[in-house]
Amino acid sequence: MALDEPKTTDFKYVGTRPDRPDGFDKVTGRAKFGADMSAPGMLHAAILRSPHAHARILSIDTSEAEAMKGVKAVVTRADFSKNVPFESGLSGEFWNILENVMAGEKALYDGHAVAAVAATSALDARDALKLIKVDYEVLPHVTDVDAAMASGAPVLRKGAADSSVPEGLHPNVVRYHESGHGDVEAGFTAADLVIEDSFVTEATHQGYIEPHACLATLGSDGKGELWCTTQGHWHAQKVCAALLDLETSQLRVTASEIGGGFGGKTTVFIEPVALALARKANRSVKLVMNRSEVFRATGPTSSTSMDIKIGMTKDGKITAAKGVFCLQGGAFPGAPCDESAMCAFAPYNLENVLQVGYDVMSNRPKQAAYRAPGSPMAAFAVESVIDELCKKLNLDPIDIRLKNAAHTGSKSSFGPRFDAIGLVETLEAAKAHPHYSAPLKPGQGRGISCGFWFNHGGETAVSLALSEDGTAQISVGTPDIGGSRASMALMAAEELGIPYDHIRCTIADTATLGYNEISHGSRVTYASGLATIKAARDAVEKLCKRAAAKWGIPEEAVKWQDGFAVPSGPNAGDFDPIPLKDLTADMGATGGPIVGHFEASPEGAGVSFATHLVDAEVDPETGKTEILRYTVVQDAGKAIHPTYVEGQYQGGAAQGIGWALNEEYIYGDDGRLQNAGFLDYRIPLASDLPMIDTVIIEVPNPGHPYGVRGVGETSICPPLAAIANAVSAASGVRLRQLPMSPPRIVAALKNQSNG
Amino acid sequence: MQYHTATSYENAVELAEAAQGTIRFLAGGTDVLVQLRAEIVTPDVLIDIKQIPGAADIQCLADGSWQIGAAVSGAQLDEHGTLKANWPGVVEAMNLIGSTQVQGRATLTGNLCNGSPAADSVPAMLAANASVTIIGPDGQRQVPVKDIPSGPGKTTLKSGEVIASVNLPAQSASGADAYLRFIPRTEMDIAVVGCAVSLELDGPKIAKARVAIGAVAPTVRLVESAAEGLIGSTLDDAALAALASAVRDACDPINDKRGTIEYRTHVAGVLAQRAAKIAYQRARSKS
Ligand SMILES: Cc1cc2nc3c(=O)[nH]c(=O)nc-3n(C[C@H](O)[C@H](O)[C@H](O)COP(=O)(O)OP(=O)(O)OC[C@H]3O[C@@H](n4cnc5c(N)ncnc54)[C@H](O)[C@@H]3O)c2cc1C
Repeated sequence: MALDEPKTTDFKYVGTRPDRPDGFDKVTGRAKFGADMSAPGMLHAAILRSPHAHARILSIDTSEAEAMKGVKAVVTRADFSKNVPFESGLSGEFWNILENVMAGEKALYDGHAVAAVAATSALDARDALKLIKVDYEVLPHVTDVDAAMASGAPVLRKGAADSSVPEGLHPNVVRYHESGHGDVEAGFTAADLVIEDSFVTEATHQGYIEPHACLATLGSDGKGELWCTTQGHWHAQKVCAALLDLETSQLRVTASEIGGGFGGKTTVFIEPVALALARKANRSVKLVMNRSEVFRATGPTSSTSMDIKIGMTKDGKITAAKGVFCLQGGAFPGAPCDESAMCAFAPYNLENVLQVGYDVMSNRPKQAAYRAPGSPMAAFAVESVIDELCKKLNLDPIDIRLKNAAHTGSKSSFGPRFDAIGLVETLEAAKAHPHYSAPLKPGQGRGISCGFWFNHGGETAVSLALSEDGTAQISVGTPDIGGSRASMALMAAEELGIPYDHIRCTIADTATLGYNEISHGSRVTYASGLATIKAARDAVEKLCKRAAAKWGIPEEAVKWQDGFAVPSGPNAGDFDPIPLKDLTADMGATGGPIVGHFEASPEGAGVSFATHLVDAEVDPETGKTEILRYTVVQDAGKAIHPTYVEGQYQGGAAQGIGWALNEEYIYGDDGRLQNAGFLDYRIPLASDLPMIDTVIIEVPNPGHPYGVRGVGETSICPPLAAIANAVSAASGVRLRQLPMSPPRIVAALKNQSNG
Repeated sequence: MQYHTATSYENAVELAEAAQGTIRFLAGGTDVLVQLRAEIVTPDVLIDIKQIPGAADIQCLADGSWQIGAAVSGAQLDEHGTLKANWPGVVEAMNLIGSTQVQGRATLTGNLCNGSPAADSVPAMLAANASVTIIGPDGQRQVPVKDIPSGPGKTTLKSGEVIASVNLPAQSASGADAYLRFIPRTEMDIAVVGCAVSLELDGPKIAKARVAIGAVAPTVRLVESAAEGLIGSTLDDAALAALASAVRDACDPINDKRGTIEYRTHVAGVLAQRAAKIAYQRARSKS
């Protein structure tokens, strides 16, 4: 897309920190989340889930449940579309989703849905589940990524591997990625020191506080309404329509307020089930997951097993880098092994690099996106090795990263040359930050890491309607997961020249705008922001036309300045500026409603980099880690609302601290999840976190009118590695497995002292 | 499900005896209601003891001993200055439970009767040599807290028996206690290991000692051998080393999602040393 040079200075509204428009609703309890909607005569639903990690479903007898008083419908896989084709790899994604939301021939993981009930009360629905008889033939299972790739591992599903997978691999390996350039073997030969090491990370959950919830209505006329908590309601519309043989446009989907998603609400779990029940019962159906269901059956990220080899010269030049990334993504293709591979070495300008990724199926829930999917784990492995090289060669970790840093114009590890990027600026700011030179006490250690994420554009449609009183309403199609309504209003205010408070931004339903891709890929402030600016400019053009008509001069002779139509120059004539509200006041008589809109798939999302600094203290007797100080430095391109940019930085660091120290999916030998609750799935508490300091770097992205880059995901890329490096420095032992829970640290210390 | 509000302990016993199916007394409900919601235990009969006169009272008797009603919450203990000065270990153990919200409800009695080997206040009560007053079909009896837990989720209480109070002995002028637990985070967690130490000094020397450990065996345990090693010492390095090794010997933990056998055993020794140092410091600062 051709864009003018980004506007980077002289902002009036952009860069300020007004209150968010949804803040009042949220603090007063007026905001409606997924579970807050009701309908007349509504039923409540519950889902029966497999207690087995892997089992053939021989039969399901629902007759007793159906006969129970209060029960209005029971559904199984037979109640979903039979027209969704099975295909290999990600080509079969609709089939994969269908199979995940309701098991077919086999239950593929502990928690896999096998049937569902709608009844007049939530308790009745739950009780009715106990009356459904499922006859299972329990099969051998596998939950570990390395074990799932090994010969002899139970095969989850034949034919799931796509054509990328080389001959001779286990059928559980379903996708393969290889990229890079140069000659790594020659590069290793040229190195003074080569370190080769292996790393493992456990699966973590996005941990959003709001469980999945929806309210579905679907009549025998094929017309439906769906209210749900989601990051992408057009996607939900498309998938649900396919899974239930509906016409897409006949299903209207409205996104509720969302209590966190972090990638985990970019797909559907319960929505097609609620719709199937609603259709069968011919009543509205509400379906709300409990926390245990959220853990057992929704979105964990992949667990990984990674091998890294990096060579360096004595003076700190990286001569070659190689990484193998095996990701387990549950019982379906889709583990982000390609993203792991492509992000792993992206911060470095390398002559020789090779990265390989394996997407592996196992008997676990289908992985879902979690902030920068695949990148944080890869950074953990790579940046740990770089840290070790710096230690062994006695080099400063920031200097070494600066020496090898990717920069504007350098060839990326995954192929293309970088456009304007700000990695060097983040490293320089980290080095200059007082944190980097602050003294440490014995038992404390400092860690540093860089991180990278691509960011994304995607299909986007926005409309902006002006009201007679000179205020504006923006309709966007990307659910607000990080304060984006405030950012949209700020950008529109800047273009229209009217105050921020005079603009209301609404998340429109699927009937109101063209297709909007999911709020993912850190795309909202970039893509919906770009579309908002363009829609505002479209409205401004129409305003100028009305002014031109009033003045009787050509349209080109009118320009827009700070909320007023003004003659474009002395030759245009001498007219008093007309404020926006005078043009809208009589717009009905001067040509009708004034609405600006914009639809496109913007492709200029700028990649982004971050550098994190962490101080940690480890109690060598108990292995407990305390995070003492944390500083995030990240390139935002342009921070539209700096507070929400800082919030994204801090949120990424906070989730990273949880992932690094305590969060993990723990499976028993029986393949069942042991810790499906917040008691034993330990996300950090407020009291576990230090105040997280932030530094916003602004290297404008040439692909956005104001230079915006996505910021939501990059912030979770460096923490795992930065914390691992800090913990390793503090404890004196290299930790190669996440989470670095106290028992693992004590065991590592014991191993080391035993030689 | 039936719900009763008992008017006296005797009434509670009658209600329990008359009831069919699964019975639960209801104190703060922070275990009962959680288990009900999670469908772990769905009681047929709930007997609320909170309205019983005196159930929420803390009394200091003439001999300096304490009687803590079965419905007294953690928050009440925290706000009781004298009790806290007497038995800081018991109060800090109880106060570790849950959050501010949970503190407003949770009780010592509920913590004990829930029977968790990881219950935080129980090692502290054992170390403090606490007892409970039990009312049952056969009348009243006084039992050391040590004899109540009998296995994970199990107690020696007989059917129909209800606890009326937890009783703490009078604290000696040279005595103090302490409780520490290990959790991977800062709060809102179940003890991976817990350890309580109660000491009485004679000058700088330890005259009496009681050591109890939690979460490292099927029940909370009193470790008499650990106490014996402390007596007569000034908590010097040798005494501390002996303490850790006696405590570790007494551990019989399991491998589970919260910790390994090796780890729990190791940390039990660490916590015992640290708790002993705190108790010793507290007792010393009294003289
Ligand atoms: C968020 C949260 C955090 C928690 N954190 C901790 C923690 O850190 N450490 C910890 O140890 N526990 C913790 N717990 C568990 C619980 O809070 C404690 O065990 C608490 O002390 C229970 O007291 P209660 O009064 O609420 O018991 P209740 O739930 O009322 O009862 C517990 C058990 O005791 C029985 N009972 C109650 N009163 C009597 C009586 N008078 N006579 C006989 N039996 C009786 C009940 O029938 C039941 O079996 C936590 C719970 C929650 C919800």
